[in-house]
Amino acid sequence: MNSQRQSPIYKSRLLQPVAERSPETHPLTWRLRDDGQVVDLKEYQSKEGYQAVSQVLNGHDPGAVIAAMKEANVRGRGGAGFSAGLKWSLTMQGGDIPRGYIVCNADEMEPGTFKDRLLMEQQPHLLIEGMILAAFANNARYGYIFLRGEYVESARVLSEALAEARDAGWLGPDVAGSGFDFDIALHTGAGRYICGEETALLNSLEGQRANPRAKPPFPGQSGAWGKPTVVNNVETLCNAPAVMLRGADWYQGLSGDGTDDGGTKLYGASGLVNRPGLWELPIGTTGGELLELAGGLRDGKKLKAWLPGGASTGFLLPEHLDLPLDFDTVGKEGSRLGTGLITVVTEDQSMVALMRNLEQFFARESCGWCTPCRDGLPWTVKLLLALERGEGEAGDVELLDKLAADCGPAQTFCAHAPGAAMPLETALRHFRHEFEQGIRQSKGKPHGDPIPVGEV
Amino acid sequence: MEQTPVTDPNTIATDGFRLHPDDEAAMREEIGHFEQPQAACIEALKIVQRRHGWVPDDAITAIARVLGVGPASVEGVATFYSLIFRQPVGRHIILVCDSSSCFLTGFDQLRDALGEHLGIGLGETTADGRFTLLPVCCLGACDGGPALMIDDDVYGPVAAGDLPDLLEGYS
Repeated sequence: MNSQRQSPIYKSRLLQPVAERSPETHPLTWRLRDDGQVVDLKEYQSKEGYQAVSQVLNGHDPGAVIAAMKEANVRGRGGAGFSAGLKWSLTMQGGDIPRGYIVCNADEMEPGTFKDRLLMEQQPHLLIEGMILAAFANNARYGYIFLRGEYVESARVLSEALAEARDAGWLGPDVAGSGFDFDIALHTGAGRYICGEETALLNSLEGQRANPRAKPPFPGQSGAWGKPTVVNNVETLCNAPAVMLRGADWYQGLSGDGTDDGGTKLYGASGLVNRPGLWELPIGTTGGELLELAGGLRDGKKLKAWLPGGASTGFLLPEHLDLPLDFDTVGKEGSRLGTGLITVVTEDQSMVALMRNLEQFFARESCGWCTPCRDGLPWTVKLLLALERGEGEAGDVELLDKLAADCGPAQTFCAHAPGAAMPLETALRHFRHEFEQGIRQSKGKPHGDPIPVGEV
Repeated sequence: MEQTPVTDPNTIATDGFRLHPDDEAAMREEIGHFEQPQAACIEALKIVQRRHGWVPDDAITAIARVLGVGPASVEGVATFYSLIFRQPVGRHIILVCDSSSCFLTGFDQLRDALGEHLGIGLGETTADGRFTLLPVCCLGACDGGPALMIDDDVYGPVAAGDLPDLLEGYS
């Protein structure tokens, strides 16, 4: 190792310079600075900041906000892809219904995902503005940013921004002189992936163990402390100000004709690529385009498979690189868009070892509430470890098929186990021979060696 | 079961653990953010941990009294969350990301190098009490994999050769 190497401090960054970004084409990131410093209140306000809140709150028509979000077809950027406008229209309001909560899901922990960190660390006011709009549309009285504990820098930046916004009158008893009152508190977590599941998140917010809740009732009916509650991802909320300012038609137009989804997406690439990173691109950008932006694979390696949007999405193949990465298209291929940050697997990397790693993650992070997840996931780890060492028994691969099915949709209390089943099912389907090679009687070579990564 | 929040810190102290008045004040401020005091539980545990490094048994009782809930509620929460420590840990916590992107960019090699350098495996603390090494869910630094976090600082990509200089900064 040469001594000139710098201390490898990690800094979240967007790989598109300011010159390539404009308000008309990059609603999420056009304000971000090339030096990566925080866009503070003054700078945010000088770049159209809080204009949407001023206009919308003084227009006094929450229904119009919901209608615009629906028409723009902003779909949940946390990975589920549910229409944000539709979610907002299902929140109980009016009459004897108490005012509830807006909760920002900032528990970014999906393996392969590093997008919300950028928005929070460098542009906290866009999120705050989005939350105020969501609060107004849903008649919420208070908001929480549920941030994972390890995002220390995000916590620091958000705390400062919340104080700035409060001092400037964007939060508090009379937001922007509209008569609407709303404030936000920051809540930081203490680990556990399951906190990202929206009802587990609500239990965690209430200071309980993060076991998911039964649905119905949905949070919009009965969420935090039994009040109507909206839970939205960071990136989803960050889309609201531009939709309100520039309109649903403009937002829809950003994504072109190849997709029904609206707007842009923070896409990313990681794994053994030359230039791993993040880009804001029209939703419906292809995996091939992302791979090209990422400078291709390192050391001239060949692509074997890729995950389109995190550990809980299904594996896609090189032949899928031309597909637009939107919610419906990826769904039709037996996978999910998820968070839209792709993870690449090179030809020399073992699918068995990777699957073992993924299932170890899901088994460890299971909350233990329901049996298929609590017992099924460790069982897959045991089988995969044996196959990885070349010590699998005949029938093990078929048993993995069965476990993937038994942990699939509608078999468990929440989406955790189905999230673990999807990569397993697709890996078994596309790369069955690799798993079969791990059976003791097989003549193939097992995969016991450390996964090759080249030079770090 | 004592249900009334106790404000005199001297009455909360037991067996050598004393809830610091500043910490109790911080917990009470946190309670003010929520409809019910139980919601401040995770933050209360983190407040104790920031001062003591970990959460001893008597701190569970003390927090329960401040929140006005049973100790079992607090213990249930303390044992659920992976970043609340119910046993002593080192002065510095190394969280090494073992999720998919880091796995594909050198987690195994980094873990082995850490093990060699520190003489411990995942879940262990060095004999001098300086470092505890733990695995962690995706750190959200996948474009800098393999990544790790020491206390509040995130590093990545980290090569084996970076470790001596990196760890030197944490005495």
